[in-house]
Amino acid sequence: MLPDFDLTDTPVSTGTTIMAVEFDGGVVIGADSRTSSGAYVANRVTDKLTRITDKVYCCRSGSAADTQAIADIVAYSLNYHENQTNKEALVFEAASEFRNYCYSYRESLLAGIIVAGWDEQRGGQVYSIPLGGMLTRESCTIGGSGSSFIYGFVREHYRPNMQLEECVSFVKKAVQHAIYHDGSSGGVVRIGIITKDGIERRIFYNTESGASAVSSTPSFISSE
Amino acid sequence: MDLDNARDLPRAGFNFDNCKRNATLLKGGFKPPTTTKTGTTIVGIIYKDGVILGADTRATEGPIVSDKNCAKIHYLAKNIYCCGAGTAADTEMTTDLISSQLELHRLQTEREVRVVAANVMLKQMLFRYQGHISAALVLGGVDKTGPHIYSIHPHGSSDKLPYATMGSGSLAAMTVFESRWRPDLSEEEGKKLVRDAIASGVFNDLGSGSNVDLCVIRKGSVEYLRNYELANKKGERQLDYRFKTGTSAVLHTNIKDLLVTERVQVVPMETA
Repeated sequence: MLPDFDLTDTPVSTGTTIMAVEFDGGVVIGADSRTSSGAYVANRVTDKLTRITDKVYCCRSGSAADTQAIADIVAYSLNYHENQTNKEALVFEAASEFRNYCYSYRESLLAGIIVAGWDEQRGGQVYSIPLGGMLTRESCTIGGSGSSFIYGFVREHYRPNMQLEECVSFVKKAVQHAIYHDGSSGGVVRIGIITKDGIERRIFYNTESGASAVSSTPSFISSE
Repeated sequence: MDLDNARDLPRAGFNFDNCKRNATLLKGGFKPPTTTKTGTTIVGIIYKDGVILGADTRATEGPIVSDKNCAKIHYLAKNIYCCGAGTAADTEMTTDLISSQLELHRLQTEREVRVVAANVMLKQMLFRYQGHISAALVLGGVDKTGPHIYSIHPHGSSDKLPYATMGSGSLAAMTVFESRWRPDLSEEEGKKLVRDAIASGVFNDLGSGSNVDLCVIRKGSVEYLRNYELANKKGERQLDYRFKTGTSAVLHTNIKDLLVTERVQVVPMETA
């Protein structure tokens, strides 16, 4: 008999840990890098921090196909919008467009998205769009299957208006805890820091000490 | 005046009349015809000068091997090929359709098409069909921006990776890549690695088997190595087991002549 797991029939989902936090001067976004297909890790170096515009990113959780499709549509639309108006898109405009798709198609989509970024009007912002398609602004939010393990940690350690490095180590620690406890989260911790100058990316490998950091992502492991 | 015609027109849109009938038949224990699935091992890697795609050549219908030497590396464009796993018909039709769209795209833009374009077209089509098109693909090619490998799942998600595997033999093949892939492999090392990955699928996965196909895509040239290795050559018979003539004695011979007669009757035809 053939093996009973058929990858061609199992939907691919990002059983995930994602997170975004506003800080003094921008936002820090974070995610693990595991994409699973049933019991199989389909991609261990996934990039769930997906570019919408230069200064607006989204963190994807749920069905990989659904979230990639929406992100591609919104990115296309905002690129057009930026060209037409000759202005950078607002974070809220992106979040609102995400909400419209997530709400309209709430019956057929499995997508939990965090939209985060920086704009001239309101600085660093974080918007959360959970499963039903509701849109709320938060100063700190977590998402994905791994997030349930770190509600306590986040509630205990989050403080408004942190400094950049403090905020990065907070997000890193939170995602590391989630990866440790959640079987569907794993791989490396990817972090993005979005300020008025755009994004700075960091990777934290899963070493014994959890210490090593690299400042840039090798191009071939960025996801589409 | 055309009301009589209009009344007889069939209703627009899909007809779902048979859905209920099929559901009833299914409940009564009816076994619907099975599709030809390519329980497969397909892989792709990036190496120093481009990409290498690999595939086994077994096609199955349930537990039966329906084709011992099928081709699973499909042509998309001069510089882009695509391995397919899943339902054979779906992978074939999907790649053919995208291939023709890419050619029209090339003619309109007057540029060599890029691998991202193929990726976007494939994933948007698969997403539109919500996973009902069972095509799991490994897309590979070289364009002006360099070499690229994408793995695309049937629901329309895709990953950009330096090495990818798909199909029922993907676990076996991935173990080979995870232990031996590195950046800047030479072409010889790359071909050996892809061969070994497919071979591990062929030998350790029941859904995969027979031969190894390779496709090497470099900047400006392609080498499609159909049946690069015959991993499962049929053994040759060592002796001749045929009986010699005269083994059985002829006791009696009787030959009859058959007489065939043919009669033609001319039938006059009405011509007007």
